[in-house]
Amino acid sequence: MNLSRKINESRKALDAHVREIVKWHFSPRTGCPFWLEFAKNLDFDPRKEIGGYADLKCLGHFEDEWLRGGPVRRWVPKAYANEPIYVFETGGSTGVPKSRISIRDFHIDYELFSESLSDEGFPTGSDWLMLGPTGPRRLRLAVEHLAQHRGGICFHVDLDPRWVNQLVRYGKNEELDAYKNHVISQALNVLRAHENVQCLFTTPKLLEALCEKISLPKVGIKGIFCGGTEMDAQFHRFAREELVPGIDFIPTYGNTLMGLAACKPFDPADNYAIIYYPPHPRAIIELVNPENPEELVDYGETGRVMLTTLTKEFFMPRFLERDEAERAEPIPEYPWDGVENLRLLTELQESVVVGVY
Amino acid sequence: MIHIPILRAGRSYRSLNTVRVPHIKTGEPLVEVSQANRGLIAKDLVDIPLQKEVLGQRSVAELLSICKKAARLFATATLPLDGTLQSPTDYIQQVSGTTGMPEALCEQNLFKIQGVLENIDTVLDGLTRGLDLGVLDTGWGVQNGRTLSYVCETDSLGAVLPSNSPGVHSLWVPAIPLKVPLVLKPGREEPWTPYRVAQAFIAAGAPTEAFSFYPTDYAGANEILVRCGRAMLFGGGSTVAPWVNTPRVEIHGPGRSKIIIHEGEQSNWKQYIDLIVESVAKNGGRSCINASGVWVTTYGREIAEALAEHLARIEPKPLDHPEAGIAAWANPKSAHGISSLIDRHLKEPGATELTTGDRVVELDGCTFLRPTVIWCDDAEHPLANIEFPFPFVSVVEVPPTQLVEAMGATLVATAITEDTALTRDLIATPLIDRLNVGAIPTNQISWDSPHEGNLFEHLYRQRAFQLG
Repeated sequence: MNLSRKINESRKALDAHVREIVKWHFSPRTGCPFWLEFAKNLDFDPRKEIGGYADLKCLGHFEDEWLRGGPVRRWVPKAYANEPIYVFETGGSTGVPKSRISIRDFHIDYELFSESLSDEGFPTGSDWLMLGPTGPRRLRLAVEHLAQHRGGICFHVDLDPRWVNQLVRYGKNEELDAYKNHVISQALNVLRAHENVQCLFTTPKLLEALCEKISLPKVGIKGIFCGGTEMDAQFHRFAREELVPGIDFIPTYGNTLMGLAACKPFDPADNYAIIYYPPHPRAIIELVNPENPEELVDYGETGRVMLTTLTKEFFMPRFLERDEAERAEPIPEYPWDGVENLRLLTELQESVVVGVY
Repeated sequence: MIHIPILRAGRSYRSLNTVRVPHIKTGEPLVEVSQANRGLIAKDLVDIPLQKEVLGQRSVAELLSICKKAARLFATATLPLDGTLQSPTDYIQQVSGTTGMPEALCEQNLFKIQGVLENIDTVLDGLTRGLDLGVLDTGWGVQNGRTLSYVCETDSLGAVLPSNSPGVHSLWVPAIPLKVPLVLKPGREEPWTPYRVAQAFIAAGAPTEAFSFYPTDYAGANEILVRCGRAMLFGGGSTVAPWVNTPRVEIHGPGRSKIIIHEGEQSNWKQYIDLIVESVAKNGGRSCINASGVWVTTYGREIAEALAEHLARIEPKPLDHPEAGIAAWANPKSAHGISSLIDRHLKEPGATELTTGDRVVELDGCTFLRPTVIWCDDAEHPLANIEFPFPFVSVVEVPPTQLVEAMGATLVATAITEDTALTRDLIATPLIDRLNVGAIPTNQISWDSPHEGNLFEHLYRQRAFQLG
């Protein structure tokens, strides 16, 4: 099938998915209290007016303040009222963290992501080390599920990124170093003691710190799934050329609100540019003019990330993220828009402590 | 476009992450500077003991001779610049182009750096107080009948550098003859000088491994400060704050240099006006050794008025004008911001501006701040003890008994007085880093006197040594 046909089909699938999700969240039988209450203030019925993705405009932009503070149960769809509920929080680098409820979404997202991993880099049945943020973040459970889904067992190290943020904010460099060493030494213990650990999740900075202490190929690591904070092309190159040459290195972009975006398969022609594709149709990223979010930027142009999440557990239309990127063309593996060179919005770059773990 | 690479122990590296620094006048990118990611710096610094070993194999005598050769090459030779070449004239125009410093002042700074390299033995003599530097080759020696031993406390000297004036780079160059490899993080607008100094050294025969040059961001700079056994850090209050209690990092913050005049009954102050003007305005008023305060015990208002009249004669000129004496601002917003800050403070009682006319001036596509003189009759006024990177000076009048305590931390103080009690107090106070007693401009440097900390003492420690 040629690319343009794939693109058309993915758009049709997206529109059908939007109708299904809107119907679900705005139905008194299945929807969550927040959206049912929201609908009361509308002069239209979203289930009738929204026929596809473009129609989501009529709901405006999702506001992050809605996710800060409680009651968190207003986000639980009635259809899931009797299911076990998880709550996950965002990083918390901008005040009260945003929280999102989840039932099985994180399993589904990581099972889908698992399909993009190679068996050579991430062998079935091999164990994992999750060396990243724990606590109320979704990553901790999601990576463990990914390991289990691939027949492995996941080892963990405690890591509190908010404490790290505090240390950075107040310039406590020595404490920061001590904490990093504490985390790394625990990771080394796992790697040295458990031979079947062949897969690693970690953040860019912890990967660097780990590589200073140990040769990852020598202890049998075959694949690294790296994420948690932003990465640029230079880091990607540095990782592949100098930190972990020969290891399957997979950069990812994920967050509690979206799920997990896959990286375009490595192609030397991209010059290490990191291009992510969201998990369509469960999440859609559009890059918009920061001055006018109704205007989509052209391919190759820089825009602000506008994220829409469309699952039965969570509906978040047209949320303006604090990130910016360049808009990337669809590719056969992912026939929808991607984002290249994702980073914090220029206007925020000096005011937010981010990505320190 | 010109590209400045990273130097990884002397090896050029082009990063995928670059910053384009514009020409101050046209706004067009003048240079693309490769940016080192934090992890790359960290990885390289793991191997820095190896680079020290390579440098340490050269004798001090050999390194001194390399310095002298580098002096000539820095000032006169066409040197490599990532596949292209850079003549001294190119260098001067490039520094001026990105920093806004007039070309004539860039040239003066070029000669200043050349001077330090050329007179490196005198400089080291001053830093070591006449130590026979052969001691650094052997680790110990006998001088004046005493056994001496010095141990180097670090494998590298990290330097997080400013963009304000090229001359500042003369502070770290003695590290090479002291056998300590350099890890340099240039200021955003001024990668030119540290890169050219390194190229001059390499062309003169210094081991390339001794030069690491990492244009980088805040995290990268932090990595240098964390990992280098000794470092120097230039910057304002918030930049240096996390490091003030870390002795292995030598802080070069605001200078707040001052001229002190206490003449008792005499009124000879008029004869010092030229000296004050030079101290305030030389090098565009951009250095930390420029005076930002004149602290007097009498005739304050008169002195301030005379200074205003003299400093007002220094008008902004195009950057290529041979008599240009004021630097343009790389970021016009900063110029406007500082001017507004001064205006806001002037609304508080206790300070009056004596210079007149617009402070912010646009000329030839550049933004300048004209010299500004403030008369403060309140030593606690926010403008009384503040420093800005342009010819800005506050004249403050205080009773002689309160002078030393009120003036606070001062990088360079020139004291014009015959009062022995005041002189004694000035000599005794730890608040002054460099003290000139007598009519010496604050910006006048003596080759054989340590300037802004003692690099030798920062890098080496004397230890007890006995030979059985």
